[in-house]
Amino acid sequence: MLPLKEKDKPIIQKLLAAGCCARCILRFCCLSVQAAYRQPAQETMKELKAFIAVKENTKHQESVALPSTQENNGSYDAAASEAPADPPSKRAKLDPSETAAQTGESAAGQLEESRVCVVCLGILQHLCGTEQATKISETVKKEKYEFDTLVLSVSLPAQLCVREHSCWLHVKKEVREKGLVLDKDDVIQVKEAFKWIMQGLVAKELKGVAVVSKSMFEIGLEFIHLETDSDCHFLAKSCPDCFRPTKNKQSVFTRMAVVKALEKISDATFLQHYPCPPPQPASCCLPLDVQCLHMSVFIAGRYNKFCRSLPQTPWVIDGERKMESSVEELIAAPILSAFRADGFNFSSSGREDVDVRTLGNGRPFAMELLNPHRSRLTKVDMKQLQEEINTLSDKIRVRDLQMVTREAMSHMKEGEEEKTKSYMALVWTQKPIQREDIVFIDDIKDLILDQKTPLRVLHRRALAVRQRVVHSMSTRFVDSHHFYLGLKTQAGTYIKEFVHGDFGRTKPNLCQLLKTDVDILELDVESVDVDWPPAIPE
Amino acid sequence: MDNAEQKNANEEAPSVIDRYFTRWYRADMKGKACEDHCILQHSNRLCVITLAETHPVLQEGRTVKSINYQISNGCSRLNNKVTGKSKRGGQFVTDFAPLCRITCSDDTQYTIYSCIRGRLLEVNENILKTPNLLLEKPSTEGYIAVILPKFEESKSITENLLRREEFEEIVSKRGQSHPP
Repeated sequence: MLPLKEKDKPIIQKLLAAGCCARCILRFCCLSVQAAYRQPAQETMKELKAFIAVKENTKHQESVALPSTQENNGSYDAAASEAPADPPSKRAKLDPSETAAQTGESAAGQLEESRVCVVCLGILQHLCGTEQATKISETVKKEKYEFDTLVLSVSLPAQLCVREHSCWLHVKKEVREKGLVLDKDDVIQVKEAFKWIMQGLVAKELKGVAVVSKSMFEIGLEFIHLETDSDCHFLAKSCPDCFRPTKNKQSVFTRMAVVKALEKISDATFLQHYPCPPPQPASCCLPLDVQCLHMSVFIAGRYNKFCRSLPQTPWVIDGERKMESSVEELIAAPILSAFRADGFNFSSSGREDVDVRTLGNGRPFAMELLNPHRSRLTKVDMKQLQEEINTLSDKIRVRDLQMVTREAMSHMKEGEEEKTKSYMALVWTQKPIQREDIVFIDDIKDLILDQKTPLRVLHRRALAVRQRVVHSMSTRFVDSHHFYLGLKTQAGTYIKEFVHGDFGRTKPNLCQLLKTDVDILELDVESVDVDWPPAIPE
Repeated sequence: MDNAEQKNANEEAPSVIDRYFTRWYRADMKGKACEDHCILQHSNRLCVITLAETHPVLQEGRTVKSINYQISNGCSRLNNKVTGKSKRGGQFVTDFAPLCRITCSDDTQYTIYSCIRGRLLEVNENILKTPNLLLEKPSTEGYIAVILPKFEESKSITENLLRREEFEEIVSKRGQSHPP
């Protein structure tokens, strides 16, 4: 039995007449017993009709708005005889009286069962049940996701809010009479009722996976109803400031905007522009494809790059690929297939040029894996994955590969400027040099550079003079025109420009220090002094 | 390292220019004999405007008295400012827009032109303090200005310019027709 009170009767009567479905009627009765929504809608409808029929005589005098006694009689019949779901004769009676009173346009003789609810547009009527739950679980199983829990997310057409509001205005008086404190917020939302019904069914289909309110795994259900899309349009004229066009929105009538406009609009204005109760739709909502989404997982590690013809990220000029591969792709390919992810975002603590090697402990990097179908990799799995990456290419090497949290990723970027980096450069000098000509460089400490944005990157970075510190340098004489220069610098120092001077745009530079033209022939990153991610012992 | 010895033997250093830039030329700018300009275009489309080595300013024995980026009463290239990644606010220059005027110690004056269309990013203020940079390192530290062509014009702006070989041919013919 439905836990309904005497004061629900006028609400039920009014809503039945307006063309609401059984579950929407429960919602407007502010009934929060979940089981009531889970029972078959036909049962609920029968019970509702039986309920209002019971004290028909006493109630009848009070119910002002009801169009006729025919309806009540009809309901009484159904309840009294306990007849199976659709005795057509009495429903045919109900329809013309109701439609004549409300809209006057709906075809007479339509069966009540096939009439789409004026508020939920069929969602609680025809679109939540075992059939839909099976469809959802089939999609999830087909994609072979790995998950412990899931969350259902439901996206409803924005015009549902308009219809809900119209219906609320229709029964506002009766609802408030039912309980002094009851207000629009106490009406159970379509979404909520939908979840109460569906969550259990989906969980059952997926063999006991918990359906919760927060989960890494989300099943997205979206409904559209083109027929009534224009329901919202009058709001744009009444509350133009709620509907400002934005760049990436297809329509200004988002759910948020519509809700906001409905909060602002006065009842009188609303009623001027929109029928109350809402008009009868001809068709039911259309469910779009079930969308599965697993929240991103994050992994981190360090990489070495041993090749002087390998860019860090794919290098594309005028839509044409410049080099075959990239560090990012070499690392990402095995990881993507291990996690069965749709895509990735790669970030690292700085980056090196295509012709620069990264030696030593390597450069910290992190990756966001988008929509991973697999997300539970053990430490052993990660170790294997790392080995796989390292076997597939000798141009790069990865270490300390591990799963991390989104928050931990920020360690890599934070304080990036304060970190130091060590380099080794092979330098050529135009004038011949002797061992003693370069030793003075070893004594230079904390040399402050003014670096104008290098011409090399000026097309994509702002023009500025940046101060950078070369903490220390060391030299190793090779021959009369070559020496190795070791540098320990503040992160963000452009080393090549410090050596050749970049048309005199980095000052001081090595040309000035040595009083001859110098050039940089080779460069290696020897260490990136960022202590994240934590080292993993071999 | 034999290679290095050989490089040293050459007059030209294995310079940054050769690695990253393409050299383009404009000979006899605005019909004035030998006033050649050299445009260094980086692979990222950015252009550095310099004097070609054949420019009269760089000829034997000349010295520079002054360099002036004030090209008219109302316009000084020194006031050029660009902000942000998109380089907003930079003066837009076309092929024949003057960038600066160089006065030699014999009071001859030369105007240096933009040679290409684009947004002026910076001018070289170092040559104001040290005009000798212009004579000693005309194609590096003695550069005149940096111009960023429009993205869609990055290829077409060099169509009117001479390739290195074409320019060298013109220069060698000059020698024949006007023997020193």
